[in-house]
Amino acid sequence: MATLTSGGVPRLAPRLTDYWVTVLKRTWRGSVITSFLMPFLYLAAMGVGLGSFVDDRAGAQALGGITYLAFIAPGLLATTAMQTGVFESTYPVMGGFKWHRSYFAMAASPLTPADIVAAQLAFAAFRTAITCAVFLGVIAGFGALSSWWGGLLAVVVAVLLGLAYAAPITGLASRMKNESGFSLIFRLGLLPMFLFSGAFFPITQLPVVAQWLAYLTPIWHGVELSRMLTLGQVDWWPAVGHLAYLAAWVVAGWLYAVKGFERRLAQ
Amino acid sequence: MRSHQTARNLPPVGGTGEAMVVARGLRKSYGEFEAVKGVDVEVRKGEAFGFLGPNGAGKSSTMRMIAAVSPVTDGSLQILGMDPATDGSAIRARLGVCPQEDTLDNELTVFENLVVYGRYFGMSRAAATSQADELLAFVQLTEKAKSRVEDLSGGMKRRLTIARSLINTPDLLLLDEPTTGLDPQARHQLWDRLFRLKQQGVTLVLTTHYMDEAEQLCDRLVVMDKGVIVAQGSPAELIAAHSTREVTELRFGVGDNELVADKVSDLADRVEVLPDRVLLYTDDGEAAAVAVHERGLRPLSSLVRRATLEDVFLRLTGRTLVD
Repeated sequence: MATLTSGGVPRLAPRLTDYWVTVLKRTWRGSVITSFLMPFLYLAAMGVGLGSFVDDRAGAQALGGITYLAFIAPGLLATTAMQTGVFESTYPVMGGFKWHRSYFAMAASPLTPADIVAAQLAFAAFRTAITCAVFLGVIAGFGALSSWWGGLLAVVVAVLLGLAYAAPITGLASRMKNESGFSLIFRLGLLPMFLFSGAFFPITQLPVVAQWLAYLTPIWHGVELSRMLTLGQVDWWPAVGHLAYLAAWVVAGWLYAVKGFERRLAQ
Repeated sequence: MRSHQTARNLPPVGGTGEAMVVARGLRKSYGEFEAVKGVDVEVRKGEAFGFLGPNGAGKSSTMRMIAAVSPVTDGSLQILGMDPATDGSAIRARLGVCPQEDTLDNELTVFENLVVYGRYFGMSRAAATSQADELLAFVQLTEKAKSRVEDLSGGMKRRLTIARSLINTPDLLLLDEPTTGLDPQARHQLWDRLFRLKQQGVTLVLTTHYMDEAEQLCDRLVVMDKGVIVAQGSPAELIAAHSTREVTELRFGVGDNELVADKVSDLADRVEVLPDRVLLYTDDGEAAAVAVHERGLRPLSSLVRRATLEDVFLRLTGRTLVD
């Protein structure tokens, strides 16, 4: 039975299901309240509160006739996916190498680094899906959803977007000696991407250079897709481009992460 | 406790010939640093084989290559007849690994740790569960099954790690410093369990820097220092080859030991002066002690003992600290 030891297909990854189910069982309670509360607070404050202010003035026209609530709801859905993807691939990955060392235990079994990365990312995808599904429910509750199929597809896109962050950051975390770099990722990476990704205002409001920077980030593509889907206004060719761009990040991130795990686990 | 006393009286379980580990000119480098510099080792089925050496000797690096997690830099390595570079996963499926640092999941229960780990080996949940029950009984942790790992003592964690390494009924069990940091009771209990495994025919490969552990458990061992093997054989063979049969320890009081050394140097094969005592390596320790007295020398205390593996070890690897 010859098996690939490097860069391979994560054939044995399903064997990690029980591990991640036990992890989920002990952690889900902590996240359940916040995953309802955060979207509610954001949509109430920004969508309804700030929204009524925007819609009364020139905003409604600038947004092409839709309410500000309908404009930012898909944006917030996408940024939530991004945040979940980043959080799931920073401290948890560092912990697997450094604190509880569970990756080393896994690596001593028949599992390969690719199996371990695949299961880690599958868990991140699952977390993103649940968080964003809850978010979608809250959006629907605010009446900011044009169709259920659009909403569900937006959750699928959110998972892809979450992975576009989780995969490369998993790779980054596997190469980091300690967690001090994470605050840099959060402050200099996550926060600007959250604010300037087109979630709160169209990025055409930004200086040209900043616009181009925004085009490079996965989040902008995620926000655009998400908005098309929740509003039910899909432009097919741009949509395909956004999907391809996100998929490219996932693939590149996957390869980078598997390489990082192979090196770290072989030390 | 009883069983490892009998361990000494039993003949060593000889290898049946099948080679479990074969290393030839094995090397491991980390960048510029060469941790293992050409090691030849052969471990046969049913043997308990030890790697002895001070910290930094290259024992753990060698073990990690044998565990099929760390790639070989140079030389050849066969584990269970397979090449770790291409069959790593298949090799690891038949190994049990007890790492130096615990890698137990602190937030899971004792029982969950075992079952989840069994699943990594492709065991069904039912098979993993029944195996976990058996192993908990074997390491005497049955009543702790529902406890969280973080609530266990160091010795219990070590036993749990050993139990976990046995979940897949391995053909070859690798133990990297299995008893480091444990109190004497916990160490003896662990040795007892390991001896039982050996009796069941499990091949053991372990690293240690405890000489008593090596004497208790190993049929055959190699002493490593600075990445190379400096001696090999059974504990008795090593003592015969690298030490005298007995050692006479004389204490003359601080400062006087140095002065006496010259006067007794002809009474032993080798004399070693330590700050607190003089060691005479000789085949007849009693005779040496008498001869010392006949020369009018009056040590504060004198002790004749059999040479141990520790004497061999210190002879071969020196008394200087290695970090």
